[in-house]
Amino acid sequence: MTDQMIRTRPAVEPRTRRGPRAWAKPVVLAALPLLAAALPYLDVQVPLLFDGPLGSPGVLHVLSLMCVMAAVAVTYDLLFGFTGLLSFGHGLYVALGMYTTGIVLTHTDLGFAGAVAWVAVLGLVVPLVLGAICLRVGGIAFAMATLAFGQAGAIFVVRDPLRITGGELGLALPYEKLPEPLVGVINAGNRYWLALALLVVTYAVVRWALASRPGRVWRAIRDNETRVLVLGLRPYAFKLMAFVLSSFLASLAGLVYALIAGGAHAEVTEATFTLGLLVMVVLGGSGHPYGALIGGLVYTYLNHRLGQLSTTLGGPLSEPLFILGVLFVVLILFLPGGIVSLVRRTESKGGA
Amino acid sequence: MSTFILLTVTGLGLAALYFLVASGLSLIYGLMDVLNFAHGAFLTLGAYTAWVVVDATGSLLLGVAVAIAVGAVLAVLMETALLRRMYGSHVPQVLLTVGLLLAITALIRSIFGTDALQLATPEWMNEVTEILGAPIPNNRFVLIVTAVLVYLAMSAFLAKTRYGLIIRAGVENRAMVTALGIDVRRAFTLVFAIGGALAALAGALAGVINNAVSPEQGMSLLIFAFIVVIIGGLGSFRGSALAAVLVGLLQQYANFYGAVGAGDLIVVLMLAAILLVRPQGLLGRAAS
Repeated sequence: MTDQMIRTRPAVEPRTRRGPRAWAKPVVLAALPLLAAALPYLDVQVPLLFDGPLGSPGVLHVLSLMCVMAAVAVTYDLLFGFTGLLSFGHGLYVALGMYTTGIVLTHTDLGFAGAVAWVAVLGLVVPLVLGAICLRVGGIAFAMATLAFGQAGAIFVVRDPLRITGGELGLALPYEKLPEPLVGVINAGNRYWLALALLVVTYAVVRWALASRPGRVWRAIRDNETRVLVLGLRPYAFKLMAFVLSSFLASLAGLVYALIAGGAHAEVTEATFTLGLLVMVVLGGSGHPYGALIGGLVYTYLNHRLGQLSTTLGGPLSEPLFILGVLFVVLILFLPGGIVSLVRRTESKGGA
Repeated sequence: MSTFILLTVTGLGLAALYFLVASGLSLIYGLMDVLNFAHGAFLTLGAYTAWVVVDATGSLLLGVAVAIAVGAVLAVLMETALLRRMYGSHVPQVLLTVGLLLAITALIRSIFGTDALQLATPEWMNEVTEILGAPIPNNRFVLIVTAVLVYLAMSAFLAKTRYGLIIRAGVENRAMVTALGIDVRRAFTLVFAIGGALAALAGALAGVINNAVSPEQGMSLLIFAFIVVIIGGLGSFRGSALAAVLVGLLQQYANFYGAVGAGDLIVVLMLAAILLVRPQGLLGRAAS
């Protein structure tokens, strides 16, 4: 993965130096979210891609899910692609956000603001404690430790010893306690904007953090942890910082996810969910500024669309995970840089 | 007292399953630094192979034997065709095994359906034998005896044979073994075959214990096997056995005497404690 970075660097630098196109980047950056925000107003049919017009509640729901999962993928890539931490328990923090929202709304009178506050507090404290333990070991042992804590979360949710999570059935949000503009089919557009805002904010925070001084240390740890240690910095503290930031953002995404899905469901706690995040990040291109974002959007869309098509496709093709799993294996073997590397490859061909 | 004995034997039965999965994982990791998620797929494949054979012939013994063969062959295919292309790059290897786990599990689900399938087992396996007043299903003994036999056979293989020596030396210091002119890659394939066979055996035996096979059993067993591997120490065969017994027993006792799901949570807490006090695991080498 590292030599991939080294190889691509010369291809990027000359372009940023080129004068006439310098304005293009900020314009595109501003235009894309605005365009995405305008989607609910577009009454356009997109044949093959979506079943209904873009502004219809069904399509907006899919788009909202895509935004939320892309946000989670971006937080995951902060760990995996930029700090070099392979976590198999990232779904735990999404579930933390989802279930905290559900539990506070169902079992207390704190209301929606109380739920947000609880998510914010737990989203900081839980990853701080668990990260401090898991980061005691590095590499693969870290991956297994996070997997184990993720599994503990899954057991807690499914077995439900405290009788608060609803077990395998999940927990539906009580609609009367939610803010009016976020409830009901009619407000699918508002929920979509919320999801889009989550994606934009998450992306911006992650970009900002990566550009900061700790962000540079994270990448240095990914490339060579020993060197960071020799330079007199404590990798442990920086890794914990990345872990907490990423998990905190993931639990916020969990909160929004709960609002869009209308409740919390146990699937998020399963190991397969986190493995899905890994597939998204690698699919898009890990360690790339917008790889995880694209991967999250594409994976969630494909997963949904293939699920819809499963009735027409027969045999193994009726399982979205079969297609995505095979696609993933093929990608790793033949296109380790993910979708973004494909784009860059054609770009450099055109430029040359 | 009889409850305690029943719990102990059941816990040992569980430990036997964990050991069969974890020992293969641990050896593969120790020798090749590959965290093999596809182990979960071998498990599920083993279970379903046994189901198919039992469904066709009615012989459980034949079913388990075919499952072992299929597990070994698939593991070798995977190692030679896919993993071998990317030795030296650990993360892509792990990702590859993750992709295979997802794809193979989904493939099995699409062929056999999401619901658990009944696995017919011989009558005597479901009958009970009384030990000190505790009624114990015979299939628990089958499990424990199998695991003990595997442990003895593997210990003898690792201690007495040339390939066992190469594997042990490779776990210790792979670069040195290669420098001495020994082709470690053949040992890689061998370890993968053993791991695949043991995982498929564990999958089939899990089917025997539950009297059913389901697409999800591989994943849950795999996660506890991972925990066993870390507690025992990565790369340590004996450590896996010891940790499997500890985890299996603790889980059974706590699940019975404690709250719902307490056993599973306690195992994770035990893992956390190990990571804090002794990150290299019970019998693992100190991290280099």
